[in-house]
Amino acid sequence: MYKATVNVTLRTSILDPQGKAAHQALHNLGLKEVNKVRIGKLIEMDISADSEEKARAIATDACTRLLANEVMEDFEIIIHEN
Amino acid sequence: MSATFGVIVFPGSNCDHDAYHALAHVMNAKTKFLWHKDTDLSGIDFLLVPGGFSYGDYLRSGAIASFSPIMQSVVDFVNKGGPVLGICNGFQILLEAGLLPGAMLHNEKLRYVCKQIYLRCESTDTMFTRALQHGQVLQVPVAHGEGNYFIGEENLKRLQDNDQIIFRYCNAEGDLTPEANFNGSADHIAGICNENRNVLGMMPHPERAVEKQLGSDDGKIIFESILNELAVA
Repeated sequence: MYKATVNVTLRTSILDPQGKAAHQALHNLGLKEVNKVRIGKLIEMDISADSEEKARAIATDACTRLLANEVMEDFEIIIHEN
Repeated sequence: MSATFGVIVFPGSNCDHDAYHALAHVMNAKTKFLWHKDTDLSGIDFLLVPGGFSYGDYLRSGAIASFSPIMQSVVDFVNKGGPVLGICNGFQILLEAGLLPGAMLHNEKLRYVCKQIYLRCESTDTMFTRALQHGQVLQVPVAHGEGNYFIGEENLKRLQDNDQIIFRYCNAEGDLTPEANFNGSADHIAGICNENRNVLGMMPHPERAVEKQLGSDDGKIIFESILNELAVA
């Protein structure tokens, strides 16, 4: 069993207004050191597979077909052994 | 024989009855509801994918609905040349299903916007807009939080070159002012068609603009156009 953690974020070329608003709010709180904020989603999946490569292949398939819309989003997959 | 319209109902659709009312009661067209689990579209001449919050907008607007059982039949219907109109969430579903290019981002100012806006007809070369004049301005309501149309530059150029941009947001005079593009859409895009011109997706709600006492009946001409075309087909 593997656990896949997927981070889905808007593509860097696309303005992220939520991130921008949060960035502004952090500055208002005095955290001027924060230079950039991007907000995305985190998706966790438990995957039955007999190797890490297979688990990654399944997670990638899930991302390209449903979990991310590659017109506007990028995704990053981290696989952990469970 | 008069044409039969099918209005697809997903869990969370909420403009399905508005669409039914506009078609069946205002336009006097033969109309039936189709449940998202239906797969048999025989006898249907025109499909309308209505607005709402299918599947609660989980994951992304329209993403889950695009995998509903009926959607494979919709794809087959489109490939055979069948006409489909997606309104608001219906447009988002057609984008997610890959029947139209691009994607929807949150409105630029992150606010849900519900108001009357103006649309300019940019192409009369579709069955949905044949009865309109090029440049005609329609007053139609919008109600969405994710209507900021996004498409990569190359694909935007393809839409422009192929005359696939059907409606743009404008002001009452028909000018493309920055304020008129209230949701931040690429190139003021409010509605596009596919390359074969039988699928139209639009964020504004023409089905809610078919009776003067409800603010505007400017949307009616789109349904008149569709009915004219189906009558001669």
